[in-house]
This record gives sequence, C-alpha cells and structure tokens, in this order.
Amino acid sequence: MSAVPLADKARAPSRAQALLRATGPAGIASAIVLTVAALAAVFGPLLAPYDPNLPNLSLAWIGPVGGHLLGYDFEGRDVASRLLAGAQTALLGPLAVVVLSVPVGTLLAVTAAWRRGASDAVISSGLNILFAFPAILLALLAAAVFGAGLPAAVLALSAAYTPYVARVLRGAALKERTQAYIAALEVQGASATSVCLRHLIPNIAPLIVAQATILFGYAMVDLAAISFLGLGVQPPTANWGVMISENQAGLLQGYPLPALAAGACIVLVVIAVNVLGERLFEQARVARR
Amino acid sequence: MASLLIASFVIFAALYLAPGNPVAALSGGRPLPPGSIRVLDQRYHLTEPFLAQYWYWLGNALHGNLGISITLRENVSTLIASRIWTTAGLVLYASVIIVVLGVGAGVASGLRPGRLDTSSLVVTAISAAIPAFVAAIGLIVLFAVKLRWFPALGNGTGFLSNIRHFTLPAVALAVASLAIVARVTRAAVREESDREHVQTAVSRGIPARHVIWRHIVRNAAIPITTITGITIASLIAVAAVVETAFSLNGLGAYLVQAAQSKDIAVVQGISLVLVTAFVVVNLLVDVLYAALDPRVTLGSRPR
Repeated sequence: MSAVPLADKARAPSRAQALLRATGPAGIASAIVLTVAALAAVFGPLLAPYDPNLPNLSLAWIGPVGGHLLGYDFEGRDVASRLLAGAQTALLGPLAVVVLSVPVGTLLAVTAAWRRGASDAVISSGLNILFAFPAILLALLAAAVFGAGLPAAVLALSAAYTPYVARVLRGAALKERTQAYIAALEVQGASATSVCLRHLIPNIAPLIVAQATILFGYAMVDLAAISFLGLGVQPPTANWGVMISENQAGLLQGYPLPALAAGACIVLVVIAVNVLGERLFEQARVARR
Repeated sequence: MASLLIASFVIFAALYLAPGNPVAALSGGRPLPPGSIRVLDQRYHLTEPFLAQYWYWLGNALHGNLGISITLRENVSTLIASRIWTTAGLVLYASVIIVVLGVGAGVASGLRPGRLDTSSLVVTAISAAIPAFVAAIGLIVLFAVKLRWFPALGNGTGFLSNIRHFTLPAVALAVASLAIVARVTRAAVREESDREHVQTAVSRGIPARHVIWRHIVRNAAIPITTITGITIASLIAVAAVVETAFSLNGLGAYLVQAAQSKDIAVVQGISLVLVTAFVVVNLLVDVLYAALDPRVTLGSRPR
C-alpha cells in the first residue's frame, strides 16, 4: 500500500526538473504572462486601483504620475486600471470562440474519419468551400447584419475557424481509425459513439488541446482587430482593442502611451499563447510517434 | 468556383439573417418613403421566391451592378471602382515585402545554422504575434511622429507620394505574415539541405550556388509557395484594419464604414469583391504549383 506513494514522491522532483528543462526560459516567461493575464481577466475590475470607467477631462493625456503608473487616457481615465479591466473582454471573447469551434470541429472531424466514404467526402468538400471566407470578413458581414458587438463577432469567428479545426483533426482521426485496437473494440461489439468518446477522442486529445491553444491566439488577434474597428466590444467598456482605437489621436499629439500599452498587452499574451501552442504541438507529435 | 458560389450565397442570404425584413436590412433600419420601398422591391425582386432573388442578384453582380449605397446614394460598383486600386496596391506592396524579405530571410537562416539563425527565430516568433493594427500604431509613433520619415495618414497623390504614403501601411500589413513565411521557408530549406541527394551533390564538388538553387531552393519551393499564397490571400481581408488605422481610402476601410452605418448593399458588394480576390489568389497558387512541380496536376494541391 505504502510503496506506491513512496515511489511517486521519490520521482516527483526529478519530473518537475525535467518539465522545467523542457519548458525553458521562454516557456516559463509565457506561463507567467498567461497566469497574470488570466488573473486579470477574472479579478481585473477588483484589482484595478482606480475606477476604469470614470472620466475626468481635466486629466486627459497626462503621463505617468504618482500612483498612476501609465498615466491617463484621452478622457482622463487611469490607463493601468483600464488595462486590468480590459483583460476580461480581451480574453473571454477568444475563449468563447475556442469553446464553440473546437467541439464542433472535433465532431465533424471524427464523424468524417469514422464513417469515411460519402460522409467524409461531403464534410471535407463542405469544409473546403468554407475556406473561401476569411474570418475577419465574415465578422464584418455579421456586424453589418446583426449590429456591432462581441457576440456577433464571436459567432462569426467560430464559424470561420471550425473548418481549420476540423481539417487538422480529421487527418489525425483518420490515422487513429485504422489502428488495430479500434478494430478490436468494434469486433467486441462496442458502439461507435463509445469507441469515439472513450478511446479515439482521448487519444487525439493532445492535438486537440494544441489546436485549441493556437486558435485562441488567432481569435484574440482577430477579435481585438474587430474591436479596434469599432465593431466589437463597444466603448466605454474597457477592452485592449477599443483602447487602441480610442487613444489613436494621442499618437499624433505626442501621447502614444495609452495606445501602445494596450498594444503591448495584446502582443505579450499572443506571444505567450503561441509559445505554449508550439510546445503542445511538439509534445503531441512526440506522443504520437 | 463552387466555393465562390457558396460564398456569394452566404453574402446574399445575410439580407435574410438580419432581424426584420430585407427592406429594413437594406435601409439599415432607416424609415423609407413608400416610393423607395417600391424601388427596392423591384431592384431585389423581393416579391419572388428566395432562390430567384439570389439568381437575379448574382446576375446583376456579374454585370457589375451591385446596387445602390443607402448612405451615399451612388452606385456601389462606382464606389468600389474608385477605391479598389488603393487596396490592390497596398496588398501588392505588402506581398513584395513578404516575398523578398520573408523568403530571403528564411532561405538565409535555413542555409546557415548559427547566430543569424537563432536570432531570426526569436525575431520572427515575436513579430508573428504582432497584429497589423498594433504594428500600425508602433510604426506611426516611430517613423511618422518621432523620425518623420514617412507620413502617418492618407493616400498621397502621384506615384512617388503614393509609395511614401503606402510604405508604413504595407509594412504593418506584412509584419506578421513575413515572420510566418520566414519560419516555414527556413524549415523547408533546412529539411531539403539534409537530404541525401544534396549531401551527394556537395561531396561531388558541385558549386554551392548550383546546389542551393537547383537542389535546395527548387525542392523547397512547394511548401514556400503554399505558405506565401495562403498568407498573401489572407492579407486581402486584414487590409481593412490597416486602411482604417492609416486613414487610407481603400475598399476595406470603406467596408468597415459601411458595416458601421449598416449600408448592406455596400457591405455585400465589397465582400463579394474581396472573396473573389481571395479565391483568385488561391487559384493562382494552384497554377503556380503545376508550373513548379510537373507531378502536380491542377486541382490537386498537396496539403
């Protein structure tokens, strides 16, 4: 009874060290950035030292002073507080896109791979056709039809990204489908749903997670762009994309800090997500070998 | 072709997805006098079945008739024609930057492992994460406001002035794609140079220039063309963001304005033009494949 936990304890530090070595400084920096961003997304409005939405025009464009690390924006609101509060929409939007498009894409990919033949042909050619619609264009169309706002943009991006997810996963699912253990389970009379849910999908799960991570980065860039264009998150709600567009006038007037700070937040998080995604893809590839 | 047809169908059906009836969608919710409603009914054949309406709309679009802008009261095709060259020029300029610098840097760092290679990996990892509009504000602050090398906003008049005005937008548009193209090119070149026939050619004393061009770059050309084609095609949509950031008078910026003012006819017209351009660029890449690799027949792109 006691032998198992003991062995685990003895192995634990070396495993942590191995993980550390595998992640490297870039991986650790990314993990820190993502943790901070996630904390800001959840607790941002509570952590903000000042009211992120309280304008005071007499303070507009004032640089860093006192407790205001990044100064004030075009309406005299505290930039640091708005960055903290803005993390919420900046990160929850892409999360929603991932939550919507990854399961649908996985379902399509596994269905195509499982049934093969005509179903695969229909799904694959349908996906190929959907590639004709660039994500941002679909989001602009959705904004024109349903009105500006985060929900329309999230739905449009989810629809545009689903084919990408399905295409990557279909290949992996097809390969898994031909494995001997799947045939063995089928011979034993296991139903298709149970084989897919219990065995096939868990076995391609590392790839699904890696794909979801990369997608999060893409969605974050596209959603920020749509908010920058005034068709996503609506001011005065704090959002990193919105902060760039509303403070753009400051660039030419010599007050670039508010816009640049928001831009830096986006870039930092996207780099961290990309580094993490690449590591996950690498691991998924090693595991599949 | 099939994808273009489906895309046009989605663009048309947007009218019916909008809350309320198509007339309300076309007017962007503005109240219209009965006369205008009758004109819209006639123009869009709104009394006929849905598919017939789509057919009429597509036929009109193919004849260059894309309807009338509800905000500017002008032909959508005329409005598009006056702006299309800004977008085309911007995307072309960015494409040249991507091909010259992206492929160039990728080949250089692929052929020479070492410090140059490592530093280019770091630089491209960072720049691949810079969205076009963030690059835009960074470039404006540095090159337009601080150094005053380039103008910050507007199209400019005359060729040389155009080039000056378009340089920062084109760089902003190219930054992320450039990095991705460079990374894929590097990986492809590295893989080809490790091949046995390349090692054999080197050991037989064939001149390096010859080995690089005939054996490495030529074979790496297929993945390089794929990624370059995909990224350049995607620029067509991203141009909207860059044009807005730099106040360029292009199709994309106009599309954004039309989406904000719910000018549906304009949104449909521009979307149709942009999707067509997207499909045509992808088709050109397919043709290029066939030219690069005799084993490839049209329509079977290696994925």
